[in-house]
Amino acid sequence: MPVSLSDLEAAIRNAIPVAHLEIDDQSSGCGENYAVLIAFEGKSTLARHRFINEVLKAQIAQMHAFSQKTFTPKQYEAYLQKSS
Amino acid sequence: MLRSAFRVTYTKRVSSRLPIFSSPTLSLARRYLSQETRSKIQDAVSATPVVLFMKGTPDFPQCGFSRAAIQVLDLHGVPPEKMKTFNVLEDSELRQAIKEFSEWPTIPQLYVNGEFVGGCDILLSMHQSGELEDLLEKKGVIPPVAEESQAPGSPNTGTSSA
Repeated sequence: MPVSLSDLEAAIRNAIPVAHLEIDDQSSGCGENYAVLIAFEGKSTLARHRFINEVLKAQIAQMHAFSQKTFTPKQYEAYLQKSS
Repeated sequence: MLRSAFRVTYTKRVSSRLPIFSSPTLSLARRYLSQETRSKIQDAVSATPVVLFMKGTPDFPQCGFSRAAIQVLDLHGVPPEKMKTFNVLEDSELRQAIKEFSEWPTIPQLYVNGEFVGGCDILLSMHQSGELEDLLEKKGVIPPVAEESQAPGSPNTGTSSA
């Protein structure tokens, strides 16, 4: 069952203040495969991933594939610098 | 091997006549992972230093994320006798049970020394940051790299060892 991008965005923004958010539908518009990139404060890497898993629990259950990259705002700055 | 555990919970679900939003339904959902299945998985993740639940096998991964996970572990030289993989495509009860056990919605899933590490994304980012090598060294899965063996200016012959 397809999940809408705006659904995902709303769920995430309602749950936590994000410094940066990118959502990519990797199924070419089919709403089946999503990759998200999120920067928000707090927690370790695994805790951040589990937190997002929990926030998007209902949506992930309807997707075929889901992947995420999470950062603290500082880590995200470093990541941008490295890839520029 | 897990089939009998699941048959019990299915009959319980059918006989419940309570409305779907009441808490007995939630407690039934929790009981989908029976104590027997839980301890079987617990034994499996503690029996070998590195345990990967994946789709397919190391030689024939059936999914890009699982393939990436296997490749990363291979890159770090995890010895085969220290690693065990489980193909969730061959065991649909395991496929569901491991998601409940780890409280993690996707496959692949990596355990090191009985502790859940993460899925493909986490594995890849730990690999890039050097955290994965540190973890594998610290847990005694791979030997630490000896710093002094790097002789400055030594030529790279380009031949790989057998």
